[in-house]
Amino acid sequence: MSRLSSPDTATADTATADTATVTPEASDTPSTEAEAAAEALVERLHNAIGEAFVESHARGVTHWIRVQRDAWADLAGYLRNDEGFEFFNFLSAIDWLPSPFGRDMDSAVDNVLNPPEPADSAEPAAIETGTAGGASRFQLLARVNDVTTGRSVIAKTDLPDDDLSAPSWVPIYSGANWHEREAREMFGVNFQGHPGLRHLYLPGEFEGHPLRKDYPLLARRVKPWPGLVDVELMPEIVENQPAADAVDAGASTSEDSAAGSSSADAEGGVSS
Amino acid sequence: MTVTERQQLNYIAAQAADARVNLEIETEGMTLNIGPQHPATHGTLRIVAKLDGEQVVSAEPVMGYMHRGYEKLAEVRTYPQVTTLINRIDWLGSFANEVPFILAAEQLMEVEAPPRAQWIRTILFELSRIANVTLFLGDMAVQVGAITPVFFAFRDREHVLNQIEAATGGRFHPNFDRIGGLKDDLPAGWIDETRQAMRKIRSFCDQIEELVEGNEIFQARTRGIGVIPAEVGLSYGLTGANIRASGVDWDLRRDNPCGLVYDQVDWRVWTHPDGDSFARFWVRLQETREAIKIVEQLLDGIPAGPVMAKVPVIIKVPPGEAHVETENPLGVMGYYIVSKGDLFPFRVKIRSASFSNVSITPWLLKGVYVPDIITILGSLYFILGDIDR
Amino acid sequence: MTLSAMISGIGVFSELSYWQVTSIRVAAGLVAVLLVAGTLVYVHLFKIVSFMQSRLGPMEAGPYGSLQLLAEIGKFLQKEDIVPRRADRFVFKAAPFVVLASTFLLLVVLPGGPDAWFISNDLGIYLAMAVGSVSVIGILMAGWGSASKYSLLGGLRATGQLIAYELPLLLAVVGVVIQAESMNLQQIVLVQANGEIFGWGAIGNPFIITQFVGFLIFMVAMQAELTQTPFDMPVAESELVTGYMTEYSGLRFLLFFIGEFATAGVFSAIAAVLFLGGWYVPGLEPTDNLFNVIGPLVLIGKVVLLSFLIFWIRFTFPRFREDQLQRLAWKFLVPLALANIVVTAVLKVVI
Repeated sequence: MSRLSSPDTATADTATADTATVTPEASDTPSTEAEAAAEALVERLHNAIGEAFVESHARGVTHWIRVQRDAWADLAGYLRNDEGFEFFNFLSAIDWLPSPFGRDMDSAVDNVLNPPEPADSAEPAAIETGTAGGASRFQLLARVNDVTTGRSVIAKTDLPDDDLSAPSWVPIYSGANWHEREAREMFGVNFQGHPGLRHLYLPGEFEGHPLRKDYPLLARRVKPWPGLVDVELMPEIVENQPAADAVDAGASTSEDSAAGSSSADAEGGVSS
Repeated sequence: MTVTERQQLNYIAAQAADARVNLEIETEGMTLNIGPQHPATHGTLRIVAKLDGEQVVSAEPVMGYMHRGYEKLAEVRTYPQVTTLINRIDWLGSFANEVPFILAAEQLMEVEAPPRAQWIRTILFELSRIANVTLFLGDMAVQVGAITPVFFAFRDREHVLNQIEAATGGRFHPNFDRIGGLKDDLPAGWIDETRQAMRKIRSFCDQIEELVEGNEIFQARTRGIGVIPAEVGLSYGLTGANIRASGVDWDLRRDNPCGLVYDQVDWRVWTHPDGDSFARFWVRLQETREAIKIVEQLLDGIPAGPVMAKVPVIIKVPPGEAHVETENPLGVMGYYIVSKGDLFPFRVKIRSASFSNVSITPWLLKGVYVPDIITILGSLYFILGDIDR
Repeated sequence: MTLSAMISGIGVFSELSYWQVTSIRVAAGLVAVLLVAGTLVYVHLFKIVSFMQSRLGPMEAGPYGSLQLLAEIGKFLQKEDIVPRRADRFVFKAAPFVVLASTFLLLVVLPGGPDAWFISNDLGIYLAMAVGSVSVIGILMAGWGSASKYSLLGGLRATGQLIAYELPLLLAVVGVVIQAESMNLQQIVLVQANGEIFGWGAIGNPFIITQFVGFLIFMVAMQAELTQTPFDMPVAESELVTGYMTEYSGLRFLLFFIGEFATAGVFSAIAAVLFLGGWYVPGLEPTDNLFNVIGPLVLIGKVVLLSFLIFWIRFTFPRFREDQLQRLAWKFLVPLALANIVVTAVLKVVI
């Protein structure tokens, strides 16, 4: 039934946590077949890409592989042509900068009337990166699958802050075309060798790169989050208040809830 | 030489003849904007087609008319709130959108839903597949000109929506899946009603087979039109019935069910060697029947027990990255979740099926006739919410 | 019984000149036939279609929606009559009337009984075919005058298609004309009423039996002439929005819309006259005065039958692509119709 290495590992994949290693060298005793296969793949990649190979991590049949930027296209070419990862799944980017705006959920007040304190940009929070590590703020992320064996690879590469660009995958995987256009407009990453790096979703004159962490989500900035202001006071709390205060509280609550509903609309048709 | 090959050769020969004539008389091209408001696009997709007579020289889809920025919005919402958003991605099979996200979050939290929840999840997953694909079966006929089947599709889809509503409370946007299980158990009598609904859908499939699939005109319009070779489809990231119609035997329900109980039932994956519009229609029709089979078998053996695992009230997902993809009605849908141990996901990359499925259109629409644009787009079957996210 | 005697037989008309008589007949016919038959056929078709698509159809206007046509007219009359800015205003505005005029002029040659007819022309069917082709001009006008690419594509498709299917339509009629030895529609009905099939004359000789191939070709070509599915590439809602009608609204859209149904009715009436014996039903003498009363009803009955067939096909089949339907016309229907003429002519001489 299953064309995976074995059904047991497939289920173990979801249930168990990260079993494998941060670097291939660290794991000495591969416990399952999948891990052995992962190690073999990583070994071959190491040989093919050489110095540009940075880090890897395996979980079940999925391998995270981080390479240097110069080897980004070589990695794709090797995976597709030599390893049989024919299926292009997706390509995107991650901005590892902690959001300078926090969550924007705490603004129980109307930010238009009371402009918030500027975020303390004096000391930016440290960048923490995730699986298979990372060295810079922007990281490219792509996933390819091997449809005959069920293996998949999540490839990552770090982009230096002063030169957000990478070799394009389009000559290797045609499907990367739109994904790279999306990554371009959302993160501002340039792809060398892309046939037409136009905006995909956003209007042509749009400024900024919305999925960067320092791009404010304006709907949250200007109006309080309706979830916070809609909270109804518990009855016993109201009873303890003086009568006049209770009336005021009721009035302000109704105003806030009206504002809250309009801000939900402002978030771009979430309710549609 | 099979019938299909002959038709393909005829088609190619006709196109070559047209090209010769056009070269001789040097006709001027015309740019036709199909959409954003157009009956053939389920939503607001716009296709800028450069035409030479009735023939397409180049076609470029333009989207973003419905882009809602879910990846950004998800960063300021708690995990349970995100399911409300992602319900609206593929609005015809909404429940199926929630499942991979919840599974990815469960994977990070190292929780597993109880068996009963997994079974009900799988049933609802397949019901939303049926609700989605039945509409395609009727709609495909509308795209090539037969109006009646879509009425049948809406009529019989209603039975499935009723069952989804009875179980979840929402016809279109159930928002029923929770980290660690489901919101509620099934209502009384639901299993029998679902069996009846499945019987109706099965007769609907037979009806479609006679009315649409067996029709000579339908076959003449779809066979040999929009042929996608397997390697091209894979490199463009086509998934679901689109890639199986090109002969690629790959279905995540069988190959990596991760958390859904497809290995408990007896079913098969259908493929078709042709890769044309007809093959895509045929594969979807067979898949609907398989989905009925799966649901009927699962209904027989739902295990007893709770539907919710022990999960903290305030859900904080431990730091890490997880990617879970499932075989959704439109194709493979995956969520790449990056968590930093907070209430909110740090980054959610939504890999939606239609986005990749439609990305092949510039390659596919080159050289076809205007009526074939509609046939091909219809057979690729996309939902605008799934493209624009 | 001659045709001139028919006119003078009705006392009032004997005082009037020919054009006055004709005008009165046409005006009376439009009111009496169109309103009744149109409403009947329209509601009948709506109900049939709704039944096929498992829905109720019109229910609110009148008992069981029988006044739906009037309701539609009332609705469309209230809507704004929009002309696109860059449209050719005169051509754009005139187009629906040209189409509708073509439809109504077809009615003129139709006989409804031994004495109930508008004009009796010895070139009746010839006139009908000629007048029927005028609608092509109207459709081309609409397609070109709208200044819309969809309309233009639709108009051009329609023109190509209508010209292609005019030919098998005419050639199918030729077989009937050879057999009836007349182009007068009244005469064709009488020949069918008085005819015999190999000496057996109980039901006359409706040409659907002896000209069955011709009937099939006529019905297929008619379906294409009406731009009904499977030949509705020119209006193709799913790709060209509604083809040449895309830019129309209000009354003018209504005219196209009615024209679609009315033309279906009128062409079915011509088919009924040519192949089903027109106003004649077996059992009565064709000269019986009763036919002047029941004749039109019989004709409407046959029209309902044939238009049901048209709409049955329309709501069952998908549509041909443009090149496929041209191939069907030129490579299949035209040769078949020609063969039908040859066989008919040979048999006519031999038998």
